[in-house]
This record gives sequence, C-alpha cells and structure tokens, in this order.
Amino acid sequence: MSLLKLKGLSVTYRTEEGPLPAVRDVDLTLERGEVVGVAGESGCGKSTLASTVLRLQPSSATVSGQVLVDGEDVLTMRWGDLRALRWAGASIVFQGALHSLNAVRRVGQQIAEPIQLHEPSVGAAEVARRVGDLLEQVGLPASRAASYPHQLSGGQRQRVMIAMALACRPSLVIADEPTTALDVMVQAQVLDVLSGLVKELGVGMMLISHDLSVLADMSDRIAVMYGGRVVEQGPADQLFTDPLHPYTSALSASFPRIGDPAARYAPAGLAGDPPDPRELPPGCSFAPRCSLAIPDCTTAEPPLELKRPGRGVACIRVGESV
Amino acid sequence: MSDIRLEARDLAVEFTSRGGDVAVALDGADLTVKTGEIVALVGESGSGKTTLARALTGLQRPARGQVLLDGEPLGYTGKALKAFRRRVQMVLQDPAGALNPRHTVYDSVAEGLRLHGLSRHDPDGRSEEQQVADALSSAGLRPPERLFLRYPHELSGGQRQRVLIAGALALRPDLLIADEPVSSLDASIRGEILALLLRLRSELGLGVLVVTHDLGLAWNIADRTAVMYLGRIVEAGPTEEVLAAPQHPYTQALLSVVPEIERLEPVVLEGEVPDPTHIPSGCRFHPRCPALASGLAAAAGVEDDCHRVPLPVLPASEGHRSACHLVAAQKGTTRV
Ligand SMILES: Nc1ncnc2c1ncn2[C@@H]1O[C@H](COP(=O)(O)OP(=O)(O)OP(=O)(O)O)[C@@H](O)[C@H]1O
Ligand SMILES: Nc1ncnc2c1ncn2[C@@H]1O[C@H](COP(=O)(O)OP(=O)(O)OP(=O)(O)O)[C@@H](O)[C@H]1O
Ligand SMILES: [Mg+2]
Ligand SMILES: [Mg+2]
Repeated sequence: MSLLKLKGLSVTYRTEEGPLPAVRDVDLTLERGEVVGVAGESGCGKSTLASTVLRLQPSSATVSGQVLVDGEDVLTMRWGDLRALRWAGASIVFQGALHSLNAVRRVGQQIAEPIQLHEPSVGAAEVARRVGDLLEQVGLPASRAASYPHQLSGGQRQRVMIAMALACRPSLVIADEPTTALDVMVQAQVLDVLSGLVKELGVGMMLISHDLSVLADMSDRIAVMYGGRVVEQGPADQLFTDPLHPYTSALSASFPRIGDPAARYAPAGLAGDPPDPRELPPGCSFAPRCSLAIPDCTTAEPPLELKRPGRGVACIRVGESV
Repeated sequence: MSDIRLEARDLAVEFTSRGGDVAVALDGADLTVKTGEIVALVGESGSGKTTLARALTGLQRPARGQVLLDGEPLGYTGKALKAFRRRVQMVLQDPAGALNPRHTVYDSVAEGLRLHGLSRHDPDGRSEEQQVADALSSAGLRPPERLFLRYPHELSGGQRQRVLIAGALALRPDLLIADEPVSSLDASIRGEILALLLRLRSELGLGVLVVTHDLGLAWNIADRTAVMYLGRIVEAGPTEEVLAAPQHPYTQALLSVVPEIERLEPVVLEGEVPDPTHIPSGCRFHPRCPALASGLAAAAGVEDDCHRVPLPVLPASEGHRSACHLVAAQKGTTRV
C-alpha cells in the first residue's frame, strides 16, 4: 500500500470575486523512502495541495477527491485519528517558516513541545536526549538547543524547523519551499539533511519548490503543476533533461547550465503571466503562453496521458511513443 | 561618448553593535564598473554584497577607502550625493517591499523626477508624463499609459520589478546597481528581466552592477564576475574564466553546489557561518577551506601562510585573479 495516494483531488477557495479553483483533479502517489517533487510557478497550487494532505486547508476551501495515507482517507477521518496522524504520522515544514519560530523561547524547548504534547509519558531527561539527537540529525550540535532563534543563521533556523517536523518520528514529511530564502551553500546543507533522512529513516517526502533544478537533484519523481493541474509527471532526471510538456521545457530552459556557451548573453524565459485561476482560459490553460499551441488546444482541457513508459503528459501536441 | 567609470578603492564598512562588537561587513574592496558593461557580484548570504552596493551608491558611508565617479571622489554632502545618485541609481532587493502600496505606478516612477527637479526641467523638454512613459517603455512596460493608475497589488511580481527599474531609469543614469533583481521571481519571469538588463546595456549604453547569489544569473548576463567572501572580493575576472575555470577553492565550492551542475562532486562547506565580528587570521577562508583540509595546501608548502599570512586586497584589474596562497604557489609567483 502506498504511503500517500491522492485521487482526483480538487480544492476550491470561496472568494469575494467568485470561486477560485486552486487545485484541480490531481492524482499522485508517494512510497516510503521516496521523494516526489512538486514544481510550478507562483500561484499554481503547490501550497494548497500540501496543506490539504494534512487537512490544514482554511475553512473557505471546498475539497473533493481522496487523500489516502496508508490507505485511510484523511478527508473523512475522525478527528482523533486526524490528530494522531498530524502528530506522529505526517508532518509539514511550511513555506516561509523561517520566521515562525518563537523569538523568545530557546529552540530546544520548541523542538521538545510536540514530544511533550504527544507523548506525555516520556520523562524530561529522555525528551532532552531526543531533542539533542534531533539537532544532530539535522547537522547542528546538541548544544544549540540553548540558542534563541536570533542567534542562528537562516539555514540553521531552517534546520531547527526540520528537526521540529521530525520530533515525533513521522513516516511522511511535506516540505514546502524548504530552501527558497537560502543561498546556494546553505541550501546545499539543508538539502543534504533532507536526503539523509529519506535514506536513513525511510520517510516518504513530498518536496515542493518552484526551482526545478533543486527538485531534479533531490527527487525520484517530479510532478509539474500549471493552473492547479498536474501537466507532466515522471522520473526526475528525465523531466529536467528531456522535458515533454512545453511548459516543463520552458521551466527547464530557464535554469542556465553554467558553462554552456549557448546560455551566455541569452537568458531563457517564458513570456506572459500564469493564469488567474478564477478566469482560466478555455481548453489547455497553458495555451495562451505556448509556442506550440494550435486552435485545437483551446477546445478541451487535455487529460494527463502516458506518453512514454512512466511519463504522464497533458498536451495534445506531444506524440505518443509508448 | 567615452566610458564613465564607477570605482571602489579599498572600500570598507563597519557596523558597531550595541554590545560594542565591530562587524567588518566590507573589509577593503576594489571594484570598477564602466558604462556599457555588466558586472556580477556574487557570494554567500552575509558576504557583504549589499553593503558594497550601498557604499557604491553613497547610501552607506565607508569607514575607509573611496568611491569615485569618473575619477572624482564622492563627497558626502547632501548636494554632492544628490548629483551623484542621479547618475548612479540603485534598484533595491525585495520588490515586494520597495514600492509604496498607496502610490500608483505613475507616482512611483515620477517620485525621483520630482525629487531631482526634472519634472519641469527635462533637458530634452519632455513633460513629466512623457518622461514617466518613456521610462516605463524602456523597462518593457508597454503601452505605459495603461499602467499609470495601477497600484502595486494589481501587478505581477515581474511587473513590480520592472516598475522599480523604470523608476531608476527615469533619471537616465549612467550606471545601475541592481540588488538581487530576480531572486524573488519565478524562473520564467527571471529570463525577461535579465533580457531587459542586456537590452538596456546595448540600447542605452548603461553600466550595470548586479548583486546576486545566483551564479547562473552571472553566467547569463555578466561580462565580469567578482566573488565575495566575508567582506572581501576573493576572485574576479571575465565571467567565462571565473565560472568555467574557477581558481579560488571558495568559488569552486560555490559552483559545485549549484544543483544543475551534475558533473561536479558537491563540496558542501561545513563549519561555523562566517562572522564579520571575528574575521579569521591569515586567509579569512582557511577555517572552511577544502584545499587546506585535504592537504593540498600543505603539499604545496603554503599551509602556514594560509593560517597566518593575510592576503592583500585584490586590485581592480581586468584580468582573472584570486586571493589565495595556494593559487599563488601553483602559479609560481613570488609570495605575497
Ligand atoms: N486562503 C485562500 N483564499 C483564497 N485564495 C487562495 C487562498 N490561498 C491561496 N489562494 C489562491 O490559490 C491559488 C494557489 O495558491 P497556492 O498558495 O497554493 O500557490 P503556490 O503554488 O504555493 O504559490 P507560491 O509558489 O507563490 O507559494 C492562488 O491563485 C492563490 O491566490
Ligand atoms: N546595519 C547593519 N548592522 C550590523 N550588521 C550589519 C548591518 N548590515 C549588514 N550587516 C552585517 O554585515 C554583513 C554583510 O551583510 P550584507 O547585507 O552586505 O550581506 P549580503 O552579501 O548582501 O547577504 P544577502 O545575500 O543575505 O543579502 C552580514 O554579516 C550582516 O549581518
Ligand atoms: Mg506556496
Ligand atoms: Mg544582500
């Protein structure tokens, strides 16, 4: 049984200007010990997807479809089971969490909190030992438990957030833009920590980023989202080096390969803005920005179909060669 | 038109904390940017990139050294600064916070014109409205009139960044200093803004200093690249050489962790985060230097120098150069 399975998941926000479909009909699976990357531009629905997995979406959101964790549907689960899942089964490192540590409490206390709440029988000495272990797992000396957040660098604070997410030994970790505010060196340190966790503890991880190159490096598989839908899905290395969907190609091309003479004085990009989910264009939502679009592209939304072994693509311009 | 040069000479900036600790955020930097060229300043967070950029625009008074425009040292009187900033404009990091949410696009761009008394006295006799429209068009926002009355929240991230650039261009500066102009933007929009900088250089002959921790950006647009570490430029030269054949172990490590470079074995630097209140003795990079740790420096007989002998400030010449005892030994040059 898969650790996580999303089936036809859709999330629509109620807004003053009408319904906003943020996530549309997403299917995705994640196994233990696997990293699945979710890529896409700002506003394509990545964070909405992440929060819905733990049923943390705001009350203005209507959800349909299924979120199965170990075969159990999170969306219909009893409150008690959901609580247990959130504490011990799965945890999430939120986007922008760098600023969400409590400024006036030592980081060790903050890491200890979920353990004390969820496992009240664990004694103080044991909690302290586990906090030290967690810090070491994320590459910080145990003595850092005594530090306040302002005494740590951005990368160190991000590692504390990861330690907190691991405090109750979850089997599923969702990391939403865990390195986005960090520079390349610190990013490399944090990513090292995350991949170590997957290898050593066998957790399954959903890694969200708008940086396709980070995902290509870290993930086993990648799903690319556009306008709330998954438009391409497949093995990470193939998606980055041999993209099929025109949107994935544009994303991949916009990361320059340093040393490639073709990229000198030739920054690649994609003209235009992503669609407003409230006013999605007819047919394929990428068609208005797509250089390969033909009239047929605007008649119906293309389904996500297998175009190569293991590779789903939602584009009528991509030929099948299975 | 002959080139106009903006120069930093041995520029240093210090911050004193309330506890009395002195942070040497910039510890002597030599750097030149000319009209018609794009220079990238790269390095880790906290290495002093923004501090150098701010000092170069006169926003930050140096503790030591000079800023020169066309050979003239910058004076720090209100009048001198105002004249200087008309010619050297800075586009700030963080486009979300840099625009006033209650100002329309028109007012944001016109603000600088009014401040410099150009609204009514344009050398070419253009009206304020015409100047704003020209600036917006130069920044790729066309037709400009359609954006005049928009507010920042009605713009996309890429459009906001262009409005900021337009505000700087309105004064028709010779040089533009852009701090992380695309770091908060999506990859797809990034390409557009970088293409804009290239176009401004070729069409207006603008000189651009772009501050970034994104090495791919430097590869995309910069003629020359300077790499900073803990308040110093540690390597500089033509971008092709610095990024494709890096000399300094720090530049090599930085490049190795860029996710898209798969051919390199990543060298993740460990050790404490560099701290400008405690700059290490000898080479300031030595506590984290992979070449020292692996014994390469010892084999070349420079291990002692790495620990004890400080390196001089890199001079702002055009060639490829780096501040490293090992590189000096390997090149067979005499000891510095
Ligand atoms: N609470 C909310 N109420 C209404 N609309 C929302 C809400 N949260 C998000 N949205 C909208 O839903 C869409 C998807 O947003 P989401 O935050 O999931 O995107 P994202 O892919 O995570 O973007 P980013 O890369 O900027 O983090 C956007 O159009 C956003 O404006
Ligand atoms: N106003 C200030 N007071 C005290 N220290 C400061 C101040 N501004 C910067 N610093 C310190 O100076 C050093 C250099 O900071 P600077 O902002 O120039 O770095 P940067 O290279 O631009 O980093 P980033 O990539 O994170 O923007 C840092 O250690 C920083 O903490
Ligand atoms: Mg998000
Ligand atoms: Mg900065």
